[in-house]
Amino acid sequence: MPAQKRRSRVLRNLNAKVASVPMILTAVVVFVGGTVWTIVYSFTDSKLLPRLHFVGLEQYARLWVTPRWLVAIKNLAIYGALSLTFSLVIGFLLAALMDQKIRFENTFRTIFLYPFALSFIVTGLVWQWILNPTFGIQSVVRSLGWTSFTFDPLYNSDIVIYGILIAGLWQGTGLVMCLLLAGLRGIDEDIWKAARLDGIPVWKTYLFIVIPMMRPVFITTLVIITSGIVRVYDLVVAQTSGGPGISSEVPAKYVYDYMFLAQNLGQGFAASTMMLITVIIVIVPWAYLQFGRARRG
Amino acid sequence: MAGSFVGKLISPFSRAARAERTARQASERAQLRQTARKAGVPSVSVRDLSLSFGSVSALEHLDLDVADGEFLVLLGPSGCGKSTLLNCIAGLIDVTDGQILINGWNVTWEQPKDRNIGMVFQSYALYPQMTVRRNLSFGLRSARVPADEIKKRIARTAEILQIEPLLDRKPSQLSGGQRQRVAIGRALVRDVDVFLFDEPLSNLDAKLRSELRVEIKRLHQKLGNTMVYVTHDQIEAMTLADRIAVMKSGRIQQLGAPHEIYSRPINRFVAGFIGSPQMNFLSGELESGPPPALRAGELRIPLDRYAFDERGAAGGHCVLGVRPESVAIGADAAARPFSREVEIEIVEPMGAERLRSGAGLAVRRGDRRPPVMASGTDVSPPGGSLPATARPARTG
Amino acid sequence: MADPPSLEAAASRLPAVSRQLAGPRGPKPRPALSRRNAFLYGTLIVLALYYLLPLYVMVVTSLKGMPEIRLGNIFSPPVEITFEPWVKAWSTVCTGLNCDGLSRGFWNSVRITVPSVVLSIAIASVNGYALANWRFKGANIFFTILIVGSFVPYQVMIYPIVIILREIGLYGSLWGLVLVHSIFGMPILTLLFRNYFTSIPEELFRAARVDGAGFWGIYFKIMMPMSLPIFVVAVIIQTTGIWNDFLFGVIYTKPDLYPMTVQLNNIVNSTQGVKEYNVNMAATILTGVVPLFVYFASGKLFVRGIAAGAVKG
Repeated sequence: MPAQKRRSRVLRNLNAKVASVPMILTAVVVFVGGTVWTIVYSFTDSKLLPRLHFVGLEQYARLWVTPRWLVAIKNLAIYGALSLTFSLVIGFLLAALMDQKIRFENTFRTIFLYPFALSFIVTGLVWQWILNPTFGIQSVVRSLGWTSFTFDPLYNSDIVIYGILIAGLWQGTGLVMCLLLAGLRGIDEDIWKAARLDGIPVWKTYLFIVIPMMRPVFITTLVIITSGIVRVYDLVVAQTSGGPGISSEVPAKYVYDYMFLAQNLGQGFAASTMMLITVIIVIVPWAYLQFGRARRG
Repeated sequence: MAGSFVGKLISPFSRAARAERTARQASERAQLRQTARKAGVPSVSVRDLSLSFGSVSALEHLDLDVADGEFLVLLGPSGCGKSTLLNCIAGLIDVTDGQILINGWNVTWEQPKDRNIGMVFQSYALYPQMTVRRNLSFGLRSARVPADEIKKRIARTAEILQIEPLLDRKPSQLSGGQRQRVAIGRALVRDVDVFLFDEPLSNLDAKLRSELRVEIKRLHQKLGNTMVYVTHDQIEAMTLADRIAVMKSGRIQQLGAPHEIYSRPINRFVAGFIGSPQMNFLSGELESGPPPALRAGELRIPLDRYAFDERGAAGGHCVLGVRPESVAIGADAAARPFSREVEIEIVEPMGAERLRSGAGLAVRRGDRRPPVMASGTDVSPPGGSLPATARPARTG
Repeated sequence: MADPPSLEAAASRLPAVSRQLAGPRGPKPRPALSRRNAFLYGTLIVLALYYLLPLYVMVVTSLKGMPEIRLGNIFSPPVEITFEPWVKAWSTVCTGLNCDGLSRGFWNSVRITVPSVVLSIAIASVNGYALANWRFKGANIFFTILIVGSFVPYQVMIYPIVIILREIGLYGSLWGLVLVHSIFGMPILTLLFRNYFTSIPEELFRAARVDGAGFWGIYFKIMMPMSLPIFVVAVIIQTTGIWNDFLFGVIYTKPDLYPMTVQLNNIVNSTQGVKEYNVNMAATILTGVVPLFVYFASGKLFVRGIAAGAVKG
């Protein structure tokens, strides 16, 4: 009896199960399996090809004394923090302006959002051209009279990350604006009226009433921005190729370069595992907040 | 005079100046109200108000006076402009033409916050992330009211509305009735003269609605402020109002006390809108008699006891309105001067009453069937007892 | 507190006929360019310039001859318009061993994008449908893994995929890349379709089952015809995402299969010798033409796609 029941339970919904095989395979083999595999092999000394020769934490030790990696991590931290802050600020500013029942709303939205439709390669290359010291902004401003004006982030190791930031913000803020605008439009109009009647100035209404009400939207947007930041790769490759020197290295590029160019798989695995850990550090608290509250509440 | 003017210019933002200004404004308002009341000036006055959005006209040449302490209800179907009118009085919408006066003072160009009014919204619109106390004080803090004054006002408001134990809770922790009181409290702390209500009970279930309705009435009795209340529900209007303004398509159809609107509706719309179940309408020709009567097909309904207005019982097309409770049935009907056999089609028992619908008084095919309200036995003819209202509508 | 109240109070006691409407009436007079509007539109226009600048520079540079570029600044419009850089970028630029311009990359991208879009949407829509209407035990676990996995940086999974593709003989081939795009498109697309199918009333589904239709029957006859808008949104998301991809294109293909983005990067960043900026910019624009076209053509649906992606959170 039980054997029959078990068999028919598996056969039930067979079509659906068969149709879901791709999803199941992907989830298990690629996502789970692949991640585990990489983590395991990060403890080996694989060079050109993966081999199961364990060396403990040696790869990680080497990683954290490699200048290139340290620069990459520092760049990611700076880029991440600034990108997050400015994306949210500029994005919210745009959303608040667009929420004012303006004319030409569709035109403005098209203008703010079109960079998002472009590849990071395109973005990187065009900003590389604009920031070109000989022909770009620096030379234009100089020709207007300020002859000592210097603005060559792409040739200046100290500020190159800001050049990348300008390009990244140009591409990404349109998305943030759309998300926050949707959140703004979800605010009950009566709240605005009540605040107006109470004599609360507009900026205070935004700061103390509307933004707190939009907390879930901000958190969602934050998560989306963050998962994009960690992955920044194409932009750097196109705009600076990691230069000048190694001053605009980022972890994603480190991974690729060591995995496929320097024939040092072990380092690549260790670096990508570190990237994973970074993401976990950010995502796990959010997930706990999000789903823990749902379970408790 | 000049010195104080310059002084005002130089230090308008100093704390002392602000406190002084707030106190001065408060006392000015109190004085204004007193003067207005003594002079018999209406609390809220709308003059020749028009509002259009492009080519669409929402309000047309409205004139309205709300007496001091009165509870005025704006009643009408969706889209009649009642909420729009309220928003204009509040200053949330700019009018296309006309004036708004509060206590005799022209506020047409004033900001909502300067009009000395408070408003309760359909969704209450309490600031969700703040405690009740902060909800009440936030507006005052923005207006730079001194802290101890704020404390005093909150204490007084909380006492009047009995929300003291709720002051540290957030809106999500309050019940519907409590939220309504906090919403009213937000207006109360600002010491406003006029309270505006925009359909505050529409989102609630029937039981809560009747409870909160009573609370509002009680509050009006306690506070005595002028209140302008918008609703589409006639029961709310009839029970709460001192006067009702029935609106349709941006115009006020009739303005009067509830019983007057009910027993002496000024036109067909008001007659049909007020009263549930709806009034019966019969169209026909008016014959001057004697006795004057309504001829509808082969029916001839005598109107000898009807109180005609100055136009008298001259001939012409006209519509007779009969309220369901004025239609007698059964043995009672047989004894009346006019009665007809009507076939009962549908009986709707409603507890204390029964609604009966029959087709008898229809003359032309397609006429509405008159619902009859009475208790008693079934099959029977209706009797045309003296209709409480009849509205001759002359056409042609 | 403007008008002296007593005047109005007195005025209102006059009989209606002689009551002149003294004082302010009608809408408050406002300057056409109020302070608020100036601030609002001013800020918007300034910001719009930041966003439009690169596009302008791209176009302008690509229409100039090299001598003019060397002399002038990047913001000045071309004195003499020439389309030569465009022609060059398309048909004669050298990347690696081939000198047949970006056209090679363009057609590669087309051959990559079209099957990838079709395959990824086919898989994900069926998956979403199965999850929404045919819940079976364990389905949600796999789905959760899928969603969580979409947050994991690609870099962690790159090499295992290389191994898998090598095992099945697809490494370096077109279909290998198509498979990779389908795999990584699954999380967001499945979520998109699942949410959409969940919003279709259950009664429709039950009625069809009562009528005897099975899994595939219901899918093709009922679900698909009803979900045209969401298919369009999915096409928009995938076309833009896959066409703009760089990382997968550079890892999983061989040089003669490189998509346009990879080729573009090679052209601009690896050329020795004299840099032809106008050709570079023309090439950049050409690479961006397809996704921009999709963007402009899709209008509000593009925004809807973004919102759907945001639902991930």
